[in-house]
Amino acid sequence: MAEAEVIQLAGRARRRAGAGARTRCRAVTGSGRRCRNYAVGPSGYCRVHETRERAAGAGRAEKRKVVPGPGEEDGSFGDFVRRRLSGDYPVDDFGYDPELSRTVLLPLMKPLYERYFRVRTIGIDRIPATGAALLVANHSGTIPLDGAVLQYAVATEHPQKRVVRHIAANLAFRTPFFGPIARKSGAALANDEDAQELLRRGEIVGVFPEGFKGVGKGWSERYRLQRFGRGGFIQLALRNRVPIIPISIVGAEEAYPMIANLRVVARIFGFPYFPITPTFPLLGPLGALPLPSRWLIEFGEPIPMDAYPEDAAEDPMLVFDLSDRVRDIIQQMLYRNLKLRGNAFF
Amino acid sequence: MAKRRIAITGVSRFLGLRLAQALAGADDVGTLIGVDLDEPPITIPGLEFVRADIRSPLIARVLEATKVDTLVHTNIASSPQFLGGRTQMKENNVIGSMQLLAAAQRATRLKKVVMRSSSAIYGSGPAEPSLLPEDHAASQVELSGYGKDCAEAETYARDFGRRRPDVDLVILRTQPVVGPTVRTSMTDYLSLPIIPTALGFDPRLQLLHERDAVDALSQSIFRDCRGIFNVAADGVVYLSQAIRLLGKIELPLLLALAQSTASLLRRFETVDFPLDQLRLIVYGRVVDTRRAREAFGFAPKFTTRDTLIDFKENRADDYTVEPSERRPGWERELFDYLNRRSAPSREKV
Repeated sequence: MAEAEVIQLAGRARRRAGAGARTRCRAVTGSGRRCRNYAVGPSGYCRVHETRERAAGAGRAEKRKVVPGPGEEDGSFGDFVRRRLSGDYPVDDFGYDPELSRTVLLPLMKPLYERYFRVRTIGIDRIPATGAALLVANHSGTIPLDGAVLQYAVATEHPQKRVVRHIAANLAFRTPFFGPIARKSGAALANDEDAQELLRRGEIVGVFPEGFKGVGKGWSERYRLQRFGRGGFIQLALRNRVPIIPISIVGAEEAYPMIANLRVVARIFGFPYFPITPTFPLLGPLGALPLPSRWLIEFGEPIPMDAYPEDAAEDPMLVFDLSDRVRDIIQQMLYRNLKLRGNAFF
Repeated sequence: MAKRRIAITGVSRFLGLRLAQALAGADDVGTLIGVDLDEPPITIPGLEFVRADIRSPLIARVLEATKVDTLVHTNIASSPQFLGGRTQMKENNVIGSMQLLAAAQRATRLKKVVMRSSSAIYGSGPAEPSLLPEDHAASQVELSGYGKDCAEAETYARDFGRRRPDVDLVILRTQPVVGPTVRTSMTDYLSLPIIPTALGFDPRLQLLHERDAVDALSQSIFRDCRGIFNVAADGVVYLSQAIRLLGKIELPLLLALAQSTASLLRRFETVDFPLDQLRLIVYGRVVDTRRAREAFGFAPKFTTRDTLIDFKENRADDYTVEPSERRPGWERELFDYLNRRSAPSREKV
C-alpha cells in the first residue's frame, strides 16, 4: 500500500524484488513512511528501530484493542466468521451489535464517507469523552442518510470513537431488512422509555427533532429547519440533566434533492412521503444512489442543562423556549456552513 | 410469619409441579396443597393433591377447607395444544382465573396471592419500547390468544386486589420459559431442525430459564412484596443468533406465507406455534426486570444466551412430564376429600 505512493522508490523496489525478495524494516518513521533500511535483524526491524519498537510494542497493541476502529477487529477474519456463524457474539438490550457494526457496517460506509461525500467535520471533540449527551441535528435528504453519516463520523473521528445511538421512528423498525440493520447499528425507538434508558446508561443519543418533516421537505425548502417536534428532546435532556450538542449537517439535501412529492402514492404504500428526485424513479433502482454532494458537519458548543431547576421539564413555556433556542443555533450554523462549504458538488 | 399454608393451582403442569417440588422440602412451608384436574406425573412427598377444576365454584370450598394463607395460581396455559383446543384454553385461562379469584375473595385467611401471567400481555410491535416496563399500556397492539387471556385474567386479579386490600397480590409476567425439561410452544419452535423465520425481520429474543422461573415464583411467595413484575433472563439474543447458537438452520419465509406454514406445521403435529405469537417472531419483545430485582431480589442465574446453551446441551429425550389421563367424576372425589377435611370442624357448626 505504502510502496505505491513512494514514487521514487518504486523502480528500485521492483529491481530488488527481481533480485530476490529482501525484507525491509517493518517500522514506520516519524514522517509516517516505512523505514527504508534493508539491514534487518531477526525481529524484523533495523538496528535503529529495534529497541524503540520493543519498548512501545506491547503498550500500543493493548491500546488498539480498547477501541477497535472499523476494520480493526480483534483476532483474524477467520475468527470473526467463526463467531458470526456460531452466534457467539454479544448484543446489548437494545440490539446494538458492536462487532457487526465495527467490522461490517462502518467499513461499508467508509468509501461513501471519505471519497463520495468527502465529509469534513468541525468540533467533533465537543462530544464528551464519557457520559451521556444528546445530539440534536437537522434532518434532510429524503432518504435519512444523515443519520448513518453522523454515526460514522463520531465512530471514527471522535478520540473515543463513541457510538451514536439514534432514536428512530417506528416506521424504521416496521421496514423489512432495514429494521434489523438499524437496530444492530445501535438505533432505538423514538419514545420516552428508550431514549431515557439510553441516556441513563451514559450513551450518546442522537435525535432529529424535525422527523419526517425534515427528510420529506422539498428542494425549495432546503436547509430551512422545520418545526422541532413538540419539544420532547428538551424535556429528555432536562430530565436527565445531559448537555445538548447542536449539530448542523450540510450536504444531505443535495444527495437526494426532492423535486416533488407524490402524496397519493405515499398514502397507498403507507409512507410518510413518496419522493421524486432527478434520478428516481427515472433511473429505477439506480435512483437510490445519492448524488455526490460535499458534506460539512459542525458540532456546536454543548448547551448544559443542569443549571435549570429540578422540575424544569414540567414547564412547557421553558421547554418551547429552549427548543426554539436550539433550533436557532442550528439554523445559524447551517447558513454559516453553507457558505463555508462553497459549491455543493465540486 | 408462622409456617405457610400454600395452595398451588396447575400443579400437574410444568411450573406448578416444579414449584411444588421446590417448596415440598422447605422449612417455612407447613402445608402444601396441589390443585389440578390431572394427577401430578411424579409423586412429591409432602404434597397434598386435591383433584379439582378451578373453573368450578367448588374451588371456594377447597380454599376454605384447606385454610391456606397463600394461593399460587400457575394454571394459565400458553398454548392450546396442552388443553385440547383454543376454546378449552380460553375457558381454562380466563374462566378458571375468574372463578378462582372469586373464591379467593371469600377466603378470609388468605394473605398472599401470586399469579403467573405472561409478557405476552404486551403484545409485540414495531412501536413498542425496547425495554417494556410493567406499567406500559400496549396501546397499538391488538392482543389475541394467549396475550388476551393473560390480559383478562389480570383484570380479574386486579379487581380482586382492589376488593381485598389486605391480601398481597403479586402478578409475575414471565417471558417464554425455556430449559432442558420444560415444554412450551417456544421450546417446540426452537426444537425444529429447520427454523422458519420472517424474511427481513430479526427480532430480539428474551427468554426465561425454567429454574429461574421457579425461583422467581418462590421468592415472590416468601418475600414481602406486592404488585406486577416482569420476570425474564438478562440480556437478549437475536433470533438469527439463537438459531446459530442452537446449531439449527434458519429458513426465512415471506411474512405472507408464515401463517400457512404455521398451520401446516400444526397439521403434522411437529410444532404448535400459536398464530398470535407470530408477531413475537417478527418484532420481538424485551422487558425490563428492574422492579422484580428491587422488590423481591429476583436474580436470574441464566442469561438468555446461557438458557439457549443449556437447552441445547442438556435437553433430555424423555423430558416430558405429561399429566396422567383425565378422570371423569372428579366432583365425587372432591366431596369425599372435603368431607374428610372438614369432619373435625363440623361439630363446631
